[in-house]
Amino acid sequence: MKLQHATLAALLAAALASPAALAAKYDTGASDKEIKIGNINPYSGPASAYGTIGKTIAAYFKMVNDHGGINGRKIEFISYDDGYSPPKTVEMARKLVEQDQVLFIFQSLGTPPNSAIHKYMNAKKVPQLFVATGATKWNDPKDFPWTMGWQPNYQTEARIYAENILKNTPNAKIGILYQNDDYGKDYLKGFKDGLGAKASSMIVKEVSYETSDPTVDSQVVQLQASGADTFFNITTPKFAAQAIRKAYDTGWKPTQYLNNVSASIGAVLKPAGFEKCVGIISTAYYKDASDPQWKNDPAVKEWEAFMAKYYPEGNLADGSNQYGYAVAQTMVQVLKQAGDNLTRANIMKQAASLHNYRPEMLLPGIRINTSATDFAPIESEQLIKFDGKEWVRFGPIIGH
Amino acid sequence: MTRRQLVVLGVVLIVACALPFFVSSYRSFQLTLALVYAIALLGLNMLTGYNGQISLGHGAFYAIGAYCAAILMDKFGVPYWATLPVAAAVCLGVGFLFGLPALRLEGVYLAVATLALGVSLPPLLKYQHLEQWTGGVQGIVIVKPDAPFGLPLNPDQWLYYFTLAVTVLMFLLAWNILRGRMGRAMIAIRDHHVATEAMGVNTAMVKSLTFGVSAMYTGIAGALGAIAVQFVAPDSFGPFLSIIFLVGVVIGGLASISGAIYGALFIQFVPNISDEISKAAPWAIFGVFLIGFVYLMPMGIAGAVRMAVARLTRKAQNP
Repeated sequence: MKLQHATLAALLAAALASPAALAAKYDTGASDKEIKIGNINPYSGPASAYGTIGKTIAAYFKMVNDHGGINGRKIEFISYDDGYSPPKTVEMARKLVEQDQVLFIFQSLGTPPNSAIHKYMNAKKVPQLFVATGATKWNDPKDFPWTMGWQPNYQTEARIYAENILKNTPNAKIGILYQNDDYGKDYLKGFKDGLGAKASSMIVKEVSYETSDPTVDSQVVQLQASGADTFFNITTPKFAAQAIRKAYDTGWKPTQYLNNVSASIGAVLKPAGFEKCVGIISTAYYKDASDPQWKNDPAVKEWEAFMAKYYPEGNLADGSNQYGYAVAQTMVQVLKQAGDNLTRANIMKQAASLHNYRPEMLLPGIRINTSATDFAPIESEQLIKFDGKEWVRFGPIIGH
Repeated sequence: MTRRQLVVLGVVLIVACALPFFVSSYRSFQLTLALVYAIALLGLNMLTGYNGQISLGHGAFYAIGAYCAAILMDKFGVPYWATLPVAAAVCLGVGFLFGLPALRLEGVYLAVATLALGVSLPPLLKYQHLEQWTGGVQGIVIVKPDAPFGLPLNPDQWLYYFTLAVTVLMFLLAWNILRGRMGRAMIAIRDHHVATEAMGVNTAMVKSLTFGVSAMYTGIAGALGAIAVQFVAPDSFGPFLSIIFLVGVVIGGLASISGAIYGALFIQFVPNISDEISKAAPWAIFGVFLIGFVYLMPMGIAGAVRMAVARLTRKAQNP
């Protein structure tokens, strides 16, 4: 009798230890077969240029599924168009959460659209993961434990430029061109904070533009007339190219700082003209595929092969497609870490437990680290300077 | 109103009241938005359908109404229901004042002038000296109201009933205005303004008033929309909103009260259907729907319904 008990106990122990007996844990949107992920992107409307990010992510998940999925589960990726209109974002988020019953929402794009659903997602306790905006407010685990950003935030980046100016040209007279919205103002704030007490004396002129403006020519002329010798260019790609060209053509030769948003060789510097871009300073956190120095880089080659097979109509010169690829990789890493515990709480926990994770598309030395009190995945960047052909990285990796 | 129309109306109301208990709260939310659009379209229809003035700027009045509600709730702690009369008054005033100079403009010229209103409002909302009120580009987040008196309804259901009540009230009001002296004057101006003037109607006054009332309707809709969405930002009210309102009015049926409801259902649900058909070009699919509707129902959905009913009754009378 005693022996029987012992055998039974041993059998039970063996059964409990084997993975088959470990019950997988699920929330709405996950099962043995699939993981439902929701997404909202502007496929139409004023920000439709970014719609390609959603398409890259869909293509990436298709590739993951073709290779057997994640821990045997396929990803079902449901993506809706909000046209960059916040009321539509609210409607689509509710559709994804309440009707399609997704496990979480991933990479919803833009600061106003994400602001519109920020409260809702946190009240519903559904993760709003790796939102596609560089605003600073997404890193707030105490008040919004269900929301997390991904890319470096604008204010941090602007502070890097300010420090560089204070170090190298402390007597600079700075002219600033910025887009009149949250994105432009976030940069402006970070920049002024970085300059500290000297901000008011160093900045001689600030001008803004609206996304609906046809050109920024007159703004650049105003900056030139102000006598500025340093130009901080806070613009999106189309306007960045215009501003660089105009600054060169009018004979104004300032030291130029260009925000990372527009640091793409293919989308900005080439249309502006390489000879007009020599000496521009910016920051980078991922490898620009249109930069010749990465031509033979294995990660870039891998990305190109992926694009050729899964998203052939995508533009190889558009950095958004690299961005989408790298952020989708991060997402897959989180899901892999979550294993069979696919609850919403565990997804957030795993997203906040990335240690030295590196999507290889990021610049050498940049790693993703998150914790329960740090919801800012990428926090480091490196200064870069354009030499007429490619971006030359200089100085250390800044951040942590 | 004939007895049959009353019966139909009663049935529609009963169905509308029962709906939230049969659909998810997400659908209740969508239907609330459809009701909100119906009020806005009714306002625009008074102006365009009944009075013959084309406006491409009604998105601006919708935005003003929305911001009235949001600012009052967020900065002054005013309860949501009390924001509606304020939004109505503000938009009535702004619409009337805008209507005065706009009177000198006819047809497409008025359309262009109103377009200016639609495109200039979003940048104005971002203006830095107004930022302490409007929240600038960040917009304003507001709290969704709970059902009062301990009613066993979730916030979505409650807001649906609240919006439904306002909608019914606004439709009754419109029905009264449009079949009275004012309504006849509006239609007469549309059809032949010289003759109307000869009959002693103060056309300038009627036109400005129509503009004001129309703006008031759209403003109330804006306030309700803001409460339902719980968020306002300049990006919510682009120039495209004004155009989509005009589309809703035409598709629903010009100079038709019920047309506002059909139009609202169209602009609420058809873009979603288009998006599900094609990610690459959702608006191209929307365009196909648009052409299809305009071609098959030249008098709008309301016109098509009217014709179908007429044909059926004729058949019933002489088989």
